[in-house]
Amino acid sequence: MLLITCPYCGPRAESEFSCGGEAHIARPLDTDALTDAQWGDYLFMRKNPKGVHREQWNHAAGCRRWFNAERHTVSYVFSRFYKAGENPDPANANGALP
Amino acid sequence: MSNFSIFSLARNAMSYHEDWQKQWRSPAPKRAYDAIIVGGGGHGLATAYYLAKEHGMRNIAVVERGWLGGGNTARNTTIVRSNYLWDESTHLYEKAMELWEGLSQDLNYNTMFSQRGVMNVGHSLQDMRDIERRVNANRLNGVDGLVLSPAQVQKIVPIMNNTSLRYPVMGASFQPRAGVARHDAIAWGFARAADRLGVDIIQNCEVVGIQREGDQVVGIETSRGTIKSKKIGVVAAGHSSVIADMAGIRLPLESHPLQALVSEPMKPVIHTVVMSNAIHAYVSQSDKGDLVIGAGIDSYVGYGQRGSFPIIEHTLQAICEMFPIFRRVRMNRQWGGIVDVSPDACPIISKTHVKGLYFNCGWGTGGFKATPGSGWVMAHTVAQDNPHVLNAAFSLNRFNTGHLIDEHGAAAVAH
Repeated sequence: MLLITCPYCGPRAESEFSCGGEAHIARPLDTDALTDAQWGDYLFMRKNPKGVHREQWNHAAGCRRWFNAERHTVSYVFSRFYKAGENPDPANANGALP
Repeated sequence: MSNFSIFSLARNAMSYHEDWQKQWRSPAPKRAYDAIIVGGGGHGLATAYYLAKEHGMRNIAVVERGWLGGGNTARNTTIVRSNYLWDESTHLYEKAMELWEGLSQDLNYNTMFSQRGVMNVGHSLQDMRDIERRVNANRLNGVDGLVLSPAQVQKIVPIMNNTSLRYPVMGASFQPRAGVARHDAIAWGFARAADRLGVDIIQNCEVVGIQREGDQVVGIETSRGTIKSKKIGVVAAGHSSVIADMAGIRLPLESHPLQALVSEPMKPVIHTVVMSNAIHAYVSQSDKGDLVIGAGIDSYVGYGQRGSFPIIEHTLQAICEMFPIFRRVRMNRQWGGIVDVSPDACPIISKTHVKGLYFNCGWGTGGFKATPGSGWVMAHTVAQDNPHVLNAAFSLNRFNTGHLIDEHGAAAVAH
């Protein structure tokens, strides 16, 4: 069971949250000019790293707010929790903060 | 290498089974091959076997990071079926089913393929409509299927509580030709058969880089040195994205831990496979007598081969509700495997924009059943540099054109 720290509510059990997948995927602005390959990339392609990953979480059984987390996908150790809209410098490959 | 037979069994019994030959060689990697398969799981070994058998490519190698039968091939719940909804998937999985039916003879290896049937139960009117639609689609495609009434379900599985459930069982689909097979026998059987055709199987050989010259792939860098080849088939399941990253390719995959568990062995109580997608429970009983139970995937990306407890709890709640007789059964082992899930829950068996580099991935939670068929079409794709008609629809390009095969939403069956 992961212990996840909601930036608004504090540490809570994993079962209160739902994971929203990779974070910081910006919707393209000039949509008319996109090729099929660019659309496909935006819609479907994912980083899926074996290492540090930034992802979206929703505190579904709590404050119901979205936030971001940075987590190592092998050790599952969280290096950081931050609010949506923030974009701090990434941790290094081992999950250590800058 | 001698054939396995009743006579070889008797002969080796005389020497207390201490003189069996090694089932495959462990050669050092050559400098170059005509083709290299990355990943020595069931799908990779099957690819190598059919490359050698069907396409006459004998100068090939399979490189495996760990050992044979150490990954998802030996971590799944061994269910084999072909009752998918859409034509593309049905044809692919039915090809696999046809190969399964002759596999033990073909490989000269007992795969313990047991066609005990798979039952997908429905708990609501909508479940039943979906089941009827899927069975009709299966029969139009020549795949066997039946719609069962609650009484028929009860007759086949008397221990199932289908009346006092929170969501009573209203019927089921049943595919009689479906069943289970011995999971690691698949890895070992394909490895032995491929080795007999001259394929080099190289274990403890991790790929750390893909070499390209312009648009053409020319080799791999591994923990045991550089190996040259102009055809490289990547069949790396949960680690497909990691290999793709080395080649500069983006894949639409997310890797998740998928869990399963087995109970202590007990006398036979359930002689088919029961799956409920709605309440997420599926269970069968192995020939050893242990219950084999599949749980769901964790919602987050993970490469640690373990899953979270809430997922197991959720599955066991459903199992205990459907089978009250199992409530006091103790669970023996629980484990996780890393599955590569694609957006439409269908595999990618495809060429890429890099010449000579092929991917077979995205099988997600349901790859075991397809092992021989997957290898068969992948071998064709690699050997001919063109997909077979059976896997043409499963190209990587479908995520650009929008021709997804939406088995996720439509099949209404757990994988």
